[in-house]
Amino acid sequence: MAAHLSSGRVNLTALREAGRRELREFLDKCAGSKAIVWDEYLTGPFGLIAQYSLLKEHEVEKMFTLKPGRLPQADVRNIIFFVRPRLELMDIITDNVRREDRGRSPQRDFHILFVPRRSLLCEQWLKEQGVLGSFIHREQYSLDLIPFDGDLLSMESESAFKECYLESDQTSLYHAAKGLMTLQALYGTIPQIFGKGECARHVANMMIRMKREFPGSQNSIFPVFDTLLLLDRNVDLLTPLATQLTYEGLIDEIYGIQNTYVKLPPEKFAPKKQGEGGKDLPTEPKKLQLNSAEELYAEIRDKNFNAVGSVLSKKAKIISAAFEERHHAKTVGEIKQFVSQLPHMQAARSSLANHTSIAELIKDITIAIGFYSFPTASEDFFDNLTVEQEFMSGIDTDKVNNYIEDCIAQKHSLIKILRLVCLQSVCNNGLKQKVLDHYKREILQTYGYEHILTLNNLEKAGLLKLQTGGRNNYPTIRKTLRLWMDDVNEQNPNDISYVYSGYAPLSVRLAQLLARPGWRSIEEVLKMLPGPHFEERQQLPTGLQKKRQHGENRVTLVFFLGGVTYAEIAALRFLSQMEDGGTEYVIATTKLINGTTWIKSLMEKLEPAPF
Amino acid sequence: MSRARADEEEYWHSSKFRAFTFDDEDDELSQLKESKRAVNSLRDIVDDDDDDLEKVSWSGEPVGSISWSIKETASSSSSSSLEGRDTSLQKGSSSYAALPKQVSSYSLSNLFKGRNRLPSLPSLSDAFSDTGAKNYAPELRRPKAEYKDYSNDWSPRDTVRRMQRGKVCSLERFRSLQDKLVLLDEAVAGHDGNVITAVLIFLKRTLRREVLFRELEVRQVALCHLIHFLKETGEQKLLLDLLRFLDRTEEVALSQYREHLNIQDVEKKREFLKGCIGLPFSAEDISHIQDHYTLLERQIIIEANDRHLEMAGQSEIFRKYPRKASILNMPLVTTLFYSCFYHYTEAEGTFSSPTNLKKTFKIPDKQYVLTALAARAKLRAWEDVDALLTTKNWLGYTKKKAPIGFHRVVEILQRNNAPVQVLQEYVRLVDDVETRLNLATKYKCHDVVIDTYRDLKDRIQLMAYKCKVERGSAEEEKINSLLSNMQIRWKN
Repeated sequence: MAAHLSSGRVNLTALREAGRRELREFLDKCAGSKAIVWDEYLTGPFGLIAQYSLLKEHEVEKMFTLKPGRLPQADVRNIIFFVRPRLELMDIITDNVRREDRGRSPQRDFHILFVPRRSLLCEQWLKEQGVLGSFIHREQYSLDLIPFDGDLLSMESESAFKECYLESDQTSLYHAAKGLMTLQALYGTIPQIFGKGECARHVANMMIRMKREFPGSQNSIFPVFDTLLLLDRNVDLLTPLATQLTYEGLIDEIYGIQNTYVKLPPEKFAPKKQGEGGKDLPTEPKKLQLNSAEELYAEIRDKNFNAVGSVLSKKAKIISAAFEERHHAKTVGEIKQFVSQLPHMQAARSSLANHTSIAELIKDITIAIGFYSFPTASEDFFDNLTVEQEFMSGIDTDKVNNYIEDCIAQKHSLIKILRLVCLQSVCNNGLKQKVLDHYKREILQTYGYEHILTLNNLEKAGLLKLQTGGRNNYPTIRKTLRLWMDDVNEQNPNDISYVYSGYAPLSVRLAQLLARPGWRSIEEVLKMLPGPHFEERQQLPTGLQKKRQHGENRVTLVFFLGGVTYAEIAALRFLSQMEDGGTEYVIATTKLINGTTWIKSLMEKLEPAPF
Repeated sequence: MSRARADEEEYWHSSKFRAFTFDDEDDELSQLKESKRAVNSLRDIVDDDDDDLEKVSWSGEPVGSISWSIKETASSSSSSSLEGRDTSLQKGSSSYAALPKQVSSYSLSNLFKGRNRLPSLPSLSDAFSDTGAKNYAPELRRPKAEYKDYSNDWSPRDTVRRMQRGKVCSLERFRSLQDKLVLLDEAVAGHDGNVITAVLIFLKRTLRREVLFRELEVRQVALCHLIHFLKETGEQKLLLDLLRFLDRTEEVALSQYREHLNIQDVEKKREFLKGCIGLPFSAEDISHIQDHYTLLERQIIIEANDRHLEMAGQSEIFRKYPRKASILNMPLVTTLFYSCFYHYTEAEGTFSSPTNLKKTFKIPDKQYVLTALAARAKLRAWEDVDALLTTKNWLGYTKKKAPIGFHRVVEILQRNNAPVQVLQEYVRLVDDVETRLNLATKYKCHDVVIDTYRDLKDRIQLMAYKCKVERGSAEEEKINSLLSNMQIRWKN
């Protein structure tokens, strides 16, 4: 089930195991049979920690989705609510509890498990409603960092960026620090901490404080990580706005990956058996899990999409040849040999079939066929990409862009417009008053004046701003950090810029330069980026200090505060695999994001409450 | 397996590639009876071992995963509300957003004050108000381990630390302002928003407003948390007081303006927006707020009028094209489209006329032409389209002009199934030759294609085009006569 977690340099199964242990302990506190009522948002992340079988072993007999009304009948002793600490969810719980039939016997006991933290605010609220006393156990389950893959951890806190940069609420940073403490308890103290940005500074401070306050936490585990790099998302606002061009990144951009799962249109996944096909094509979306447990996916996910096709067709040849082998199998021994490989081959075949279908779906959307014809999905994708690339390479960032205007006129999705306008703003270190006003007016007139609230949020977050001082320092940053590479090689990349077909993600460039030659070489540029940069050392007891074997790679944990994209992850994996790289990366984040989900999290909720 | 042998390049660059399918290998394997038996037995072994090999249902949910199991265990229970849940599950996690909506129909501040508000559940509060009161004995059933947390002499620092660990602490004994502020500073230093908010709730309850505001002004982090908290719980009045105290006038304005989203009644909303105009918005924003108010005011007038017209059944346009939705609360451009659709010919003096909207809201030419064109093309009013794109210069000569470019005009007309005669008039006006040829070919505007090749003196292309027109048609004749015209100096 979780083999993919131990495939990397750091065995993350231990973290998952710790999570499972905590869950078991809680379940056992509520003696007897139980039903779990789920905050639906949590089922995804929990699914990465435990399966139903684990819950069942601990007498969980029924599971329901949290919603208002009377709780379903279930002959169990305990009802446990698994929820995020949110007021609107407390309200649903209150409704559930109030509707519970008091006369029933035996009575059912209520419990709440807050994920990831107990909230005094929520409890206060339940108290005001007079239902707090109905709960016997009120506990927290600190699902801070969830292992997504052998080298990837996420807190899946969707509002982290908004809270940190818009509301100055540092709670998610506190959780990040807590998660890092857990990580250190399992994998040893991380001797070196580097950071860039206000939030990074806060997290480092909290870690140091927590360590001081709990001297018992000094552990005797040999450190697995050499370095921790904390990066604020607002140090690099540019990268998530651009369209990711890796295979995994594109799947996320187009279909959205949630907790390693993706839902795809079913047409291309028709049943392969003859006779079955054609009759009843499935209408439900096809759901697939995407992680490194799947060999083929691990190989292609971080490639530029333009390099995926050739890998797939090579694989097809190999698998076909392997199936052909059966004709040459003559002796019982040979047949046995062939048969023993069959399950693997069949898995490889279905994996190949799936990814060929996905690649086709993406190709239909992304690759423009022919010269100017009429706006098709691919046509528009291509135009959009062209404009993005112009901005990132510094072309015409200081005037109103025709394509953006056209898109507004045709009422393309507002998020798409906002992504482009913000990208232009970031690449120009703010827009000129005239340009900013123009975009604002067009947006408000076309999409509604109430969006002034969203525009305001974007301005507060620094994504959209007025150029002040009349100086654009983006070109300096771009040149010093070599963010734009003209000679990008998508097939056999030699630089991280392949993940955006030319643009090298700023965040990852910072990580790369930190490893070699060190940040001292880019002091000037670091000063142009927001927030302080710093270095801290955590003392290790003698005996735990690492004596590195010759040629052994260092392990760096890069923590993105405010979210990270799949393309950035791909770029870091690329650096890990460089032969003379010398550093392997493990990635942690508050949330896996793309430009769309990110902008969405900053938009004002506009739907009025329905009556 | 021919597909597998296909050339790599061809595979990737061909645009008509079918889904990747292997031949059904089971039949081919039938000769190898022995191995087939082995495969089958192997399959059994593999399938039993489901610890490593996940079973996946069609929808891709691994069998035994949590979200799968919710469906499974729920469907076995006989709940009357099952149907609702099933639909919500099918939509997957995206349906989640719909969940809280049902309950956000009241302000959270009401809840905090303990008032009951669910109009749909009136009987509940009555039925359970007693029980609720009795239940309010929160600490009685707490596990033993937490009893010992009730101590009266924790220092502020210890109190904060205990709260960080999720333990319940009484804050009541922090009586002096000094103590309370030390407590707050400790909470802030711990960065745990949960604890900071808890302390703030305590301070908010026990401190005078002016004192609270004054002390928070020098404690930015705590201040942000309080603002966030007040927003979340909907304590609008206190929030505005606080922002005013801090002189954050623009925020006051925006925050107040945000309230309009919660007003359903359009008349009330209009009144509210009118009140917003005087708020201290930034210079750039104020005109937008003003426009928002003016637009809604217009929409209310137009809506009342048009509803009346539609009901009376006298107006042809409304009979022929019944309105799909009300125009209230729609964006400006949508409103302009509506007015170009239903009120195109009205004089500038009426509120619903397009020209009036254009003038009032200073809609740019480009935007106006685009919207009007889309509306008139939808009605297939080709003469209006013609008039819209025709300008007269001071000598009285007319000329076609399109601020959006004629290729866009063609696009819009084509989308509305304009006849070739109409289409070709505008295709002809597309500036870029290559684009013009492309459009003309695609939409079979033969005349334009022929004339363009003639102008390019491209004999070969013209000859090639002959096979695309109908035999014996006027177009063919035209091509023939051009090709035999000795006066043209062909370039090829």
